[in-house]
Amino acid sequence: MYSAIVFLPLLGALVAGLFGRVIGVRAAQLITSSFLVISALLSWVAFIQVGLHSHATLVPLFTWIDSGTFEVDWSLRIDTLTAVMLVVVTSVSSLVHIYSIGYMSHDPHQQRFFAYLSLFTFAMLTLVTANNFVQLFFGWEGVGLASYLLIGFWYEKPSACAAAIKAFVVNRVGDFGLILGIATIFLMFGSVDFDTVFKAVPAMAGKNFIFLGHEVSVITTICLLLFMGAMGKSAQFLLHTWLPDAMEGPTPVSALIHAATMVTAGVFLVARMSPIFDHSQAALTFVTIIGATTAIFAATVGLVQNDIKRVIAYSTCSQLGYMFVALGVGAYEAAMFHLFTHAFFKALLFLGSGSVIHAMDGEQDMRKMGGIARLIPFTWVMMTIGTLALTGFPFTAGYFSKDAIIASALVGTNPAHMYGYAMTLIAALLTSFYSWRLMFLTFHGKPRASHEVMHHVHESPLVMLVPLAILAVGALAAGIVFEHWFIGEGRQAFWMGAIFHGGDDILHKIHHLPAAIEYLPTLMMAIGFVVSWIFYIRRPDLPKALAASQEPIYLFLLNKWYFDELYNFLFVRPAFWIGRLLWKGGDGRIIDGFGPDGVSARVLDLSRGIVKLQSGYLYHYAFAMLLGVAGLVTYFMFLGVH
Amino acid sequence: MEYKLATLPALGPAFPEIILAVGSLALLMYGAFNKSNTARQVSIGAVILQMIALVVVAVQPLGRMETFGGMFVSDDFSRLIKILILLGSSTAIIMSIGYIRHEKMERFEFPVLITLATLGMLMMVSANGLISLYMGLELQSLALYVIAAFNRDNVRSSEAGLKYFVLGALSSGMLLYGMSMVYGFTGSTEFDAIAHVLGQGRPSLGVIFGLVFIMAGLAFKVSAVPFHMWTPDVYEGSPTPVTALFAGAPKVAAMALILRVLFGAFPAIEPEWQQIVVFISIASMVLGAFAAIGQTNIKRLMAYSSIGHMGFALVGLAAGSADGIKGVIIYMTIYLVTNVGVFCCILSMRRNDRSVESISDLAGLSRSQPVTAFLFAMIMFSLAGVPPLAGFFGKLYVFLAAIHSGLYTLAVIGVVSSVVGAFYYLRVVKVMYFDEPAEPFDQPMRTELGILLGISGLFTIFFFAWPGPVVRAAELAAAALLH
Repeated sequence: MYSAIVFLPLLGALVAGLFGRVIGVRAAQLITSSFLVISALLSWVAFIQVGLHSHATLVPLFTWIDSGTFEVDWSLRIDTLTAVMLVVVTSVSSLVHIYSIGYMSHDPHQQRFFAYLSLFTFAMLTLVTANNFVQLFFGWEGVGLASYLLIGFWYEKPSACAAAIKAFVVNRVGDFGLILGIATIFLMFGSVDFDTVFKAVPAMAGKNFIFLGHEVSVITTICLLLFMGAMGKSAQFLLHTWLPDAMEGPTPVSALIHAATMVTAGVFLVARMSPIFDHSQAALTFVTIIGATTAIFAATVGLVQNDIKRVIAYSTCSQLGYMFVALGVGAYEAAMFHLFTHAFFKALLFLGSGSVIHAMDGEQDMRKMGGIARLIPFTWVMMTIGTLALTGFPFTAGYFSKDAIIASALVGTNPAHMYGYAMTLIAALLTSFYSWRLMFLTFHGKPRASHEVMHHVHESPLVMLVPLAILAVGALAAGIVFEHWFIGEGRQAFWMGAIFHGGDDILHKIHHLPAAIEYLPTLMMAIGFVVSWIFYIRRPDLPKALAASQEPIYLFLLNKWYFDELYNFLFVRPAFWIGRLLWKGGDGRIIDGFGPDGVSARVLDLSRGIVKLQSGYLYHYAFAMLLGVAGLVTYFMFLGVH
Repeated sequence: MEYKLATLPALGPAFPEIILAVGSLALLMYGAFNKSNTARQVSIGAVILQMIALVVVAVQPLGRMETFGGMFVSDDFSRLIKILILLGSSTAIIMSIGYIRHEKMERFEFPVLITLATLGMLMMVSANGLISLYMGLELQSLALYVIAAFNRDNVRSSEAGLKYFVLGALSSGMLLYGMSMVYGFTGSTEFDAIAHVLGQGRPSLGVIFGLVFIMAGLAFKVSAVPFHMWTPDVYEGSPTPVTALFAGAPKVAAMALILRVLFGAFPAIEPEWQQIVVFISIASMVLGAFAAIGQTNIKRLMAYSSIGHMGFALVGLAAGSADGIKGVIIYMTIYLVTNVGVFCCILSMRRNDRSVESISDLAGLSRSQPVTAFLFAMIMFSLAGVPPLAGFFGKLYVFLAAIHSGLYTLAVIGVVSSVVGAFYYLRVVKVMYFDEPAEPFDQPMRTELGILLGISGLFTIFFFAWPGPVVRAAELAAAALLH
């Protein structure tokens, strides 16, 4: 069963990818989607078995690499953590597959699209089922590749290609850290198997090794390197620049990869590595700081963006920051819980926005929308549910998971926990503001689109609406149903040691906070809503006036804190400069000049010279012969005889 | 003494030569006393005559036989080389039949002269003394001078003949000068006697000088650098079948003669002649490779190609071992067969009933005559030494021998220059396959040319599958030479 979960998507991808032309569009859609649905249903079965009935297991498949002391097996590690991820990945993926049947119906390359989607799912599943670092890395790179292919799916668009390359390159930076981390683990522990490494961690804690004359803690180094990989994949502060650009891909891709699954791989990684991270206070502090910074940074940028998908992208970035704050303060379960609920409502928001874009004839700029709530009521309802869940409206999914994170940050013990608390609390307000801003700008107020577009606004086909409805159910109910298991009283029975815990139990503490503090995030949410309402419904002229009066701040936010410009200046342009230097100077002038071109030019020169010797005059020829004899005779005269 | 003079020497070992001598005179008479143009009959007669000689050579008993007072020797080495020479010159006659008719130079003397040249070559190969060596060499050369200028109404042909003659005379002079020095310092013209004397102690500088002059004269015949200068002009100016002949049989004969002289008469001073051979070998390979790049005329290209190939063959000689001799013989065999194919193609380069000789005329041959183009391309690849074609194995044997003898520099230079040389062979292929088609050649190719090209091409392609006979024969010959 577990093998089927993982390999059915691969089978679908191979069939649709290699035989797509033969079997046709409809067959490719049906095969990949139905395989994914089966995989999703099996995942839920697995979730119930493993999570609720405590049947964690390990499915060995075959030996992959066996070279000296380096041994890597393919096997599926099925514990609660994996089961949660399986459910998230396959559920969202299957819904996205179904949704795409409608959304992509006018695209000429649908087989390829579905093949990529399934391939991505397979890679993601190998990542979450990995039982060793190499298999994990395989999945890690696999999702990176699939993400690259899907962002650049419309490859005739230059911006899509650029975005794909950017995503890939920025991810490489993180992957580099991950590789180094894995290498360090193999160096220090002599194994890449999870259980072996985890067992050896306590003995390694507190040990140092010398690097460039400095003594550095082994565990902290490993954690920071692994976290670098997580930062890249999860678009954390400093390595976040690729995520907003990745919105160039088709919207279902954004929903699947850049909201629900791949970007959460970093969170999963840290949670999976909790036995290692828990031994390094320094690393956890760093995780908290980065997470909190990302949460507030992305939220501020989200305030002023005008592209509907970019707003949601920054929101994703911000929410991932929340998860890392939770990880940093040791509330791994809360992070996983938020990951779980976030997948539902963020996928819902993305697919909902896809429905809006579909209705608006491809328009993504919110300034050209407005007043379409009555025209597409179903989508409006879905988006409202998603927004409520995201902002943490009481008893929706986000309310349980997000508030748990904020509370965990408050009671956490690492040095940065108060920073994390403050940032996540403020970010909650901002989240509420920009989410409702999105709703108001898109659905309410006066229509700002052209008459023609407004005339065409229509509800999406059923095949797109049904996935929305299912996700909406998840967005509403996932929190209230699963809170007990993920972070409530049932958590020990549920996780069964899949997540490691050292000392104090954060989650226990958060249930004993004063009521006033417990309601603070909800209050923030309410304030955000009200401000947003005033700004965009009551006094629509206010935002412009505010932007005009605070222009520097506005521009700073609008330009995403100038990170792209900074990176362009710091890395991209020097890289291009070095590249051009090596290309024109190194390769063109030196290697080609002295190598192939130079050699061939010299050969031709020599050839011309020799041909000139052949003058056609008899006495020249005779002279050459005599010269030859004279030369040889002279040679022997001087060298003598042996 | 009286008794000896009165007795005829044993004629058996020289039987093939006697057949050729008598036969060619008979053909000459037939042509001279016949009123009508008998060139065609005489040509066919010459081919038949050479085939008879070939059969006689082939059925001669194995082992070494000397006659004419030890001046003439017949052994396994000479027999193998004679077979190659007879094959080379008879194919040249066959190739010329159509050509001399087209070019209005159809005279019966032509095949007769080739036969006489062939006779000279056979005698060179069997020479076991300086005198018989010179006699064979001159018989060959004189006939070839005439043939080079055979198209006497053509300025270029006359020029070619004249240049060849003057420079040939110079080289003969050097050869004779060297011989006289060797005779002076050793007191004998017999190879065995010279070898015996030189084996006694330290050789004098005079013998070395003599050797240098002899080598100069012989290197001229194989057109090794720096005695090669005649080659491009003569190849280009001579009628094409004559060029085909020059590129084939005489080269084999001269190379065999060098082997015979060096291993027969001068084995004791191997270190000295090895230096000479290494020098002319390197010079030939390098010049052949570089100079050919600048050529546009395919016959001139083949001239430089043959200079280069002689350089490669000399690599085997420089090794100075049985392996090296084997390598030289295999190399020359493959070279001879490949050359037949090349010149069959060149001979069929006719457009509007006129010969064309520019490489660019081959453009688009792959489309108008795909089979010819394919075989020609394979032959070119073989000349460049691309595995698994025959030419690769030729180079492999000589380079292996050089490396076994510790001549690494020579081997490396050889490989490098064969890479440079590959350029112009591949360019011919490129012109045939990738250039815009020129006007197609006159069709169809003459039957005899087609057959010869087919044999040559198939040999080139399938040599790797069945190299045994050639290699074994070369081994036998090498052993016989070192006796």
